[in-house]
Amino acid sequence: MPETRENDEIARSMPAGARRKAVGEALVAVRNVRKSFGAVEVLRDVSLDVWRGEVVVLVGRSGSGKSTLLRCLNHLETFDSGAVVIDGIALGERRVDVDRIRREVGMVFQSFNLFAHLTVLDNIALAPRIVRREPRAAAEKRARELLARVGIGEKESSYPRQLSGGQQQRVAIARALAMQPAVMLFDEPTSALDPEMIGEVLDVMRNLAESGMTMIVVTHEMGFAREVSDFVCFLDGGRIVESGTPRQVFDAPRDERTAAFLGQVLGGRAR
Amino acid sequence: MTEPATPAPAPELRRAPPRRRQRHVLAGDFPPTRRRSIATAALLSGAAIALAVLFARERLYIWHWEVVPVSLPLLLRATWLTLQLSFLSVVLGIALGLVAGLARLSAEPVLRGAAVVYVELVRGTPLLVQIFIIYFFVAHQLQLSRFTAGVLALAFFAGAYVAEIFRAGIESIDPGQAEAARSLGMSHAQAMIYVILPQGLRRSIPPLAGQFMSLIKDSSLLSVIAIEELTQTGTMVVSRGLRSLEIWFTVAVLYLAITLSLALLARYLERRLGHA
Repeated sequence: MPETRENDEIARSMPAGARRKAVGEALVAVRNVRKSFGAVEVLRDVSLDVWRGEVVVLVGRSGSGKSTLLRCLNHLETFDSGAVVIDGIALGERRVDVDRIRREVGMVFQSFNLFAHLTVLDNIALAPRIVRREPRAAAEKRARELLARVGIGEKESSYPRQLSGGQQQRVAIARALAMQPAVMLFDEPTSALDPEMIGEVLDVMRNLAESGMTMIVVTHEMGFAREVSDFVCFLDGGRIVESGTPRQVFDAPRDERTAAFLGQVLGGRAR
Repeated sequence: MTEPATPAPAPELRRAPPRRRQRHVLAGDFPPTRRRSIATAALLSGAAIALAVLFARERLYIWHWEVVPVSLPLLLRATWLTLQLSFLSVVLGIALGLVAGLARLSAEPVLRGAAVVYVELVRGTPLLVQIFIIYFFVAHQLQLSRFTAGVLALAFFAGAYVAEIFRAGIESIDPGQAEAARSLGMSHAQAMIYVILPQGLRRSIPPLAGQFMSLIKDSSLLSVIAIEELTQTGTMVVSRGLRSLEIWFTVAVLYLAITLSLALLARYLERRLGHA
């Protein structure tokens, strides 16, 4: 794993075209993706590579296209042109097995979206049982391990509405992990949380990143982005206008839009 | 005017008094559902007693309740038939309604169109007319029995309303539930069966109970095709020269027994599946 990271460092210093040759296939490759809602272009020619084990953070104002880009990666949103390849499976082709891609891609939503009629344990074990056809005992065993990992092992027979927002989001992360995805997507995972619960969710995500999980995160938590991410993309008007290591983007933004945004978000204090 | 013409008091003095929950005088400290049924029972029995007293004092009607036990076996047998008719058409109506409701939500225009036509056709015509058409045309062509024709007519009618209830229940589920299910790799059908339907159907229970209570009452219309259900039998018993008011009161109580049991069942089901 560290070797891959080193390769990635080399790769990032190269022009976009040369990267893939240097380190082989990217786990997630986005190429020239465009998308419009009616007359509004929300993604204009977006390209992005994410290598195995990387944490990539997408930042930008609301409406900049970052959530749409994320949702295109597991086909919750379709795109008009371009290509997305995840773990060797191409998304933008005519006939792809979308369900197969979705099994490789875990998604964590802003509003948790836990299944309201199921207990915490069933929320986590349902998809492995019916999609991967795992026996109930095995699926529940792993569900319990995951619950322990996100720190709420004692809540397995609670229903979602009995949990706090932070606990619900941790269950949602465990639920996505239960499918053993190759990459995890986080769509503003802490934006719907009360401030005192943000930390517990970020802690889980930090541990996940340290365990080597590939993650693509849309967030407004700049402290988390700076500390945990390997690569930051700043989106504006449907384009990635600036990208680089957190140090490059946060400390020495080259694009004035990035600088203006960071100035507003951080409000002068370096978090 | 009791208020003196002083300037408005300081804001902290004008704070509204804490709200106190209102309690029904009759029902005291019972939980809300319990309170409601007690109030209903009190109201009903009060009205019945008032009516009886009025009739007795004014000698408007001399009651002969002794005719009821005589015709009760006949009426009970008819109640059993009404129960059978209702049960079968409820079951068939649910199946029909589920299929039509899902078709209505389907992405396939032909299915959707067929469901719309079915629902609008049934909702736009009187049940009595539907019963006649099914009995005199469909049942006649297919050589079906009176009973079968009756069940089919009721089920066909109920199915359209049930379809709309299911559709509303399913559409009321947050789209995020489906997105979460799909993002875990579930197919459209799996997401529907394991995530959307269990929640949508549970939400449909209260309106369904109301629909089926009407259906039980509507089964009285089957008397027009001479099925000997409760209303038809009531008419028959009365026309044999027995007292009419006593019989109709008895018939009403028998219907109430069925519909109220259904209401209780619905409430129980809703509570048991109460986690959505």
